[in-house]
Amino acid sequence: MSQTDLATAPQSNGWRAWLLSDTPTSRRHAKLASLYQSWLQFRGNPMAMFGLMILVGLVLMAAFAPLISPYDPFVQELGNRLQPPGAEGHILGTDSLGRDLLSRIIYGARITLYIVTLVAIIAPLVGLLVGTVAGYTGGFIDVVLMRITDIFLAFPRLVLALAFVAALGAGIENAVLAISLTAWPPYARIARAETLTIRNSDYIHAVRLQGAGPMRIITKHIWPLCISSLIIRVTLDMAGIILVAAGLGFLGLGAQPPSPEWGAMVSDGRKFILDHWWVATIPGLAIFIVSLAFNLLGDGLRDVLDPKESGE
Amino acid sequence: MNLIKTLVAGVALGAVASTAVIPAFADTPPNMLIIANRIDDITTLDPQESFEFAGSDVLRNIYGRLVNFDPADLAAGYQPDLAESWEVSEDGKTITFTMRDGVTFHSGNPVTAKDAEFSLRRAVTLNKTPSFILTQFGFTPENVGETIVATDDKTLTITTDKRYATSFVLNCLTATIGGIVDSKTVMENEVDGDLGNEWLKTNTAGSGPYKDVAWKANESVTMLANADYYGGAPAMARVIVRHVQESATQRLLLERGDIDVARNLNPEDVAGISDAEGITVDSELRGRLMYFSLNQKNEALSNPKVIEATKYLVDYEGMRDSFLKGQYTIQQAFLPQTYLGAIDDLPYSLDIEKAKALMMEAGYGDGIEIEVGVREAQERIEIAQALQNNFAQAGIKLNITVGTAKQILARYRARELDMYLGAWGPDYPDPHTNAATFAMNPDNSDEAGNTGFLAWRNAWDIPAMTEQTAAAVVENDREKRAEMYQAIQREHQATSPFGVMFQKIEQTARKDNVQGFSIGAAITAAAYWKVSK
Amino acid sequence: MAINDTGKGRQMVPFPPVLISIAKIVLTILVTMLGLIFITFIIGRIMPVDPVLSIVGERAAKDVYDAAYIKLGLDKPLLVQFWYYLRDVLTGDFGKSLLTARPVSEDIIRVFPATLELATIGTIFGVVLGVPLGVVAAVRRGTWIDQVARVVALVGYSMPIFWLGLMGLLIFYGILGWVGGPGRLDFFYDGIVPTRTGMILIDSAIAGDMNIFWNAVSHIILPASLLGYYSLAYISRMTRSFMLEQLSAEYVTTARVKGMSERQVIWGHAFKNIRVQLITVIALSYAGLLEGSVLTEIIFSWPGIGSYITTALLSADMNAVIGGTVVVGLVFVLFNVLSDLLYQVFDPRAK
Repeated sequence: MSQTDLATAPQSNGWRAWLLSDTPTSRRHAKLASLYQSWLQFRGNPMAMFGLMILVGLVLMAAFAPLISPYDPFVQELGNRLQPPGAEGHILGTDSLGRDLLSRIIYGARITLYIVTLVAIIAPLVGLLVGTVAGYTGGFIDVVLMRITDIFLAFPRLVLALAFVAALGAGIENAVLAISLTAWPPYARIARAETLTIRNSDYIHAVRLQGAGPMRIITKHIWPLCISSLIIRVTLDMAGIILVAAGLGFLGLGAQPPSPEWGAMVSDGRKFILDHWWVATIPGLAIFIVSLAFNLLGDGLRDVLDPKESGE
Repeated sequence: MNLIKTLVAGVALGAVASTAVIPAFADTPPNMLIIANRIDDITTLDPQESFEFAGSDVLRNIYGRLVNFDPADLAAGYQPDLAESWEVSEDGKTITFTMRDGVTFHSGNPVTAKDAEFSLRRAVTLNKTPSFILTQFGFTPENVGETIVATDDKTLTITTDKRYATSFVLNCLTATIGGIVDSKTVMENEVDGDLGNEWLKTNTAGSGPYKDVAWKANESVTMLANADYYGGAPAMARVIVRHVQESATQRLLLERGDIDVARNLNPEDVAGISDAEGITVDSELRGRLMYFSLNQKNEALSNPKVIEATKYLVDYEGMRDSFLKGQYTIQQAFLPQTYLGAIDDLPYSLDIEKAKALMMEAGYGDGIEIEVGVREAQERIEIAQALQNNFAQAGIKLNITVGTAKQILARYRARELDMYLGAWGPDYPDPHTNAATFAMNPDNSDEAGNTGFLAWRNAWDIPAMTEQTAAAVVENDREKRAEMYQAIQREHQATSPFGVMFQKIEQTARKDNVQGFSIGAAITAAAYWKVSK
Repeated sequence: MAINDTGKGRQMVPFPPVLISIAKIVLTILVTMLGLIFITFIIGRIMPVDPVLSIVGERAAKDVYDAAYIKLGLDKPLLVQFWYYLRDVLTGDFGKSLLTARPVSEDIIRVFPATLELATIGTIFGVVLGVPLGVVAAVRRGTWIDQVARVVALVGYSMPIFWLGLMGLLIFYGILGWVGGPGRLDFFYDGIVPTRTGMILIDSAIAGDMNIFWNAVSHIILPASLLGYYSLAYISRMTRSFMLEQLSAEYVTTARVKGMSERQVIWGHAFKNIRVQLITVIALSYAGLLEGSVLTEIIFSWPGIGSYITTALLSADMNAVIGGTVVVGLVFVLFNVLSDLLYQVFDPRAK
C-alpha cells in the first residue's frame, strides 16, 4: 500500500467505512473497495466459507504437523497393526505396519499441499504463456501453439500423466510435472480467448503507441487481465489435481513409501477393505474433504468474481 | 455434511456385516470350475516359449509331457506320461523313451515319438527364454539332429553332452517347455520358418486333458475338457480362469458363490474368510523365495561385515507373524524346502546391537545410504518398509524406489541397483535350478551380460563356488549330491550378498464341494483334471 | 473448446467455403493424430522400461535377449524406428501387442466396445438426472434445492473414485447382493453369446438370450452409475450456469411481463436456447468417459480401453499404447469437431 493511500484514508470513520465508500479517492482505493465488496459477498456464501475454513485448517495442520501429530508417522509397530479407530493411543487406528494413521494423515497434508501448490503454479503459468503468446502474435505461431495444445488435450489425461511418471520415474516431483503437463492446455485456451478479446482494445493500442514491445505488452498488460479467470479455473481444478495425484499414488507412481501420501495410503489400505475398512477410508475421506473444500471455494469464488459463470 | 455421515455409517455397517456370515446365494454350474487368479502375466500359450506362472498353469492342462507329476501324489516324483517307460545307457548320457500307445492329440492325430522329437528340437531351435532348461544339457540348434532323435514312431532317444543325474534330466522334462505339441498341426500353421511360434502364441495343439483354449489377455482363459484324454475324461467340462486383480474382490466373489476357487487372497482376507461356512482354505508350500541382495559394485556393500550386518537387520519373525501371516515361512538358504539338499538352518534373527557392532567393525559406524529397488507389489513394499525401519537403526539409510516389474528388473539386470528386494521361483524341480543362479557366476565382467545368473547381477565373483556347483550337478549318487548342495548352501548363507528371508506358502480358498484341486506345490503348476464337485 | 480457430482475417481462396472447412477439419485431425503418435512414440522410447523384457522375461539369456532386441528394431536410430512405425500405421497396421500376442487392432476391437457400453450408459444416467437438476437449480437459484444440487455435484467432483468404487462393490454386491459383481457377466456366462458388436447388452439382445442380457445389466449398473455420477456433476453444473445466463437475459423478462407461463419461459425459451451449448457439454463429457476410466476399470475388472492402455504402458508395450491412444484421441477430436460444427450450424451468434 502506498503512502498516498494511507494519507487519504480517513482515520475517524474506520477502515470499514473507508472500504465501503461510494466515492473512491484513488485507483487503489477503488480496487480495495471492490475487493472488500467481493469478500463480503463471498462471506455471505456459507458453503464457500466452509471450504475456506477447511483449507485454512489444512494449511495450519501441515504447518504445525510436528507439534500436533501424536506419533512419528514413520515409526512402525508390527505387533500393533490394523488397530481400529479409537484404539488405545491411536484415535484413527493404525495401518498395516502399525503406524499411527492420524499422524500419517497430518503429515500427508504437507504432501498434498506441496503437490497442489506446485501444480497450481506451473500449469497456469505455462498455459498463460502459451495462450497469450498465441493469442497476441496470431498467425503461424498461433496455429502451431494451438495445434500442440490440441494434441495434449486429445491425450487421455491419466494415461499421459502415467506415461510421464513412468518415463521419468516415480516420485512426487515427477508426479507434479506429469500432472502439470496434463493440466496446462485448458489454461492456454482460456488465456488465448481472453487475449483475443483484449488484443484489439483501445487500451492495448494506446500502450503499443507508447512504444511498448510485445513482451512488455504481454507480461505487463495482458497477463494481469487474464489472471482472474485463471484463478477461478485453478481453484475449480484443484480437486481434480488432488484426485489425479491420489490416483497416481493409488497406482504406485506417486510419492514413494514410506511417505504418507493419501492416495498411496488408500492404495495400501484397500488390501484390508473388507475387515479393516478404516485403513483405506480415512485417507479416502481426507482426499474427499479437501477436494470438496477446494470445490466449494472455487464455486464461491466463481459466483463472486465471474457472475456470468462462463464455461470452458 | 450429512452425506459423509451416511457414508461412514454405510461403511461401518459394511464392515460389521462382512465379518458376519454372508450366505452364498448363487452357485456355479456343477460341471464347471471357475477360478479367480491374477493372469496378467500370460504373454504366450506356446509351451516352448511360455515362462510365467499363470501360463504354466494353463499349459500343464493342455499339453502332455514325456514325464509328468501326478496331481494327486506330487511327492511320488515324476511319473510316466506320454512316455510309458525309459532306459538309461551305460555311460549315463543317453536316455531312450518308449512312447505310450493309443494317445491322440486334440486334432485326432496320434502322438508319436516324432512329435516328441519335433517339440524338444523346437524348444532348442526357437531359443526362447526357457530354452536354457534344455540347452544346459549341451543341445544346440546345430546338434539336435544327432542328440534328439526319434528312431521310430515309438522310440525317442536323447543324448546329453555329459553324464548328468538322470533325475535332473527328467525333472527338467517335466517343465512347461517339455510339452509335446502336435507337429503336423503346428507345421500347417508355420509362417516364415517360425516353427508355428506366432500361431501357437494364441492357439493350442496338445494332447492333454483340456483343449480349445480361449485366452483373452488380462481377462480370462477358458478351456474345455478333452473327452478322449487317455487318463479319462475330466469331470469339469469347462474351466474358466478369470483375471481378478484385487484380493478383496476375489473374496467377495467367493463369498457370493460366483467362483469356486480364489487364488490370491491376502492374509487378512484369508483370516476373514476362514470361518465362513462352505469355504475351505488350503495351504501349500511353494518354491518361491523372497530375498534381498547387495550389489558388490558398491564398496560398502561388498564389505563382509556389512553383508553380515544386514542379515541381522531383518525382523524375520515380526514380518512372518504380521503382514505375511500364513503366506510365508522363514527360509534362509537358497534351496526351497522339499527340494533335494534343502537345509533348514536359520542362523539369523533380528539383532540390532550385533549389526551395529558389525557396522562399527567394518568402519561404517557413521552409517551409509543405499537405494533399494522393489517392484509395485503390496507385500514387497511392506517388506521393504520393514527393512527400511530396521536398517535405519544400524545406520543404513534405505531409499526405496518402487517401480513396475519391468522397470526395476531392467535396472537390476544392468547391475545399477545398490540393493534389490524380490522373489525367485525355481524353473524346474531340481536343486540345480536355484544353485545355478544363486551360486554360479562363470564370468563376472560387465561385458559377459550373464543376466540369467543372480550372482552376476550382483557382481558377486565366485570362481570356487561356481566349480562346486558345477560338480554337484553331475553327481549321480543322490545322497552325495544332497550333501554337496548342503555344503554349498552353508557357505552361501554365511558369505553371500544374498539375504534369503522367506519361502512362499500359497493359500487357496475354495468352496467345500471342490475336491482334488492341486496348485502343484513347490515343483509344478496347477492341475484341473482331477477336480470334482 | 473451439478447435478450428486458426486466426481471423485470412485472405479468401477461390474455393467453396464448405470444401475449405472440410479440408481444414481433416487437416486438423491428421496433424493432431500425427502429434499424438509422435509424442507417444517418444515417451515409449525414453521410458526406462525395457520392452524386450516384456517378451523374453526376467531370466532370458543374453543371446535370446539380443535376438528379441533386434527383432523389435531397437538397434536402429530413433527417427528410423519412428519412420518404420509410421509407414506401418499408414497402411493400417498398428503392429502386434507384446502382451497379448495379437494385432493391436484386434485388441482394440475387443476392448473398446466394453468402454463404449459403459460410457454410454453412464452418460445417459448423467444426462437424465443432470439436466433437470441443473435447470431446477438455476430456476430456484439460492433456495435449498439449488444448495442440494450444488452439494450433490461438488461431492461428485470430489470423491476419489477408487474408494467409492470399492465401497460400492462391497455394499451393493457383497452385502446386499443387488447387483452383479466385477466383470461384464457372471463368469460362467462368459463367451456364450456370439460377439457381434462387442457390447454384451446388444449382443445378448440380438441373440435373444434374456438371462444373459439381465445378467449384463446387473453387472453394468454399478460402474455405470458411478461414472454417471461424475458426468451428472459436470452436466448439472454446466446446465445451471447456462440457464442462469438465459434467465437473466432481457427476452425472458419481456416474456414474463407478457404473461407467459413460467413453464413456457423455462422450457420453451430459455432451455431451447441452451440446447446447443448443452449438447457440446454432453459430448465432451461423453468423450471423457470414452477415454476409459482406468481406475473404475481396474476396480470392476472391466476389460476396457483405459486399463488396456495402462497395462500396456507399464510394460512398455508401445504398439498397444500408441494404438489405444490414437483411437481415444481420435474419438476426442471427432467429438470436438462435431460439437464445433453443431455450434456453427445452430448457434446464430457463432456466425
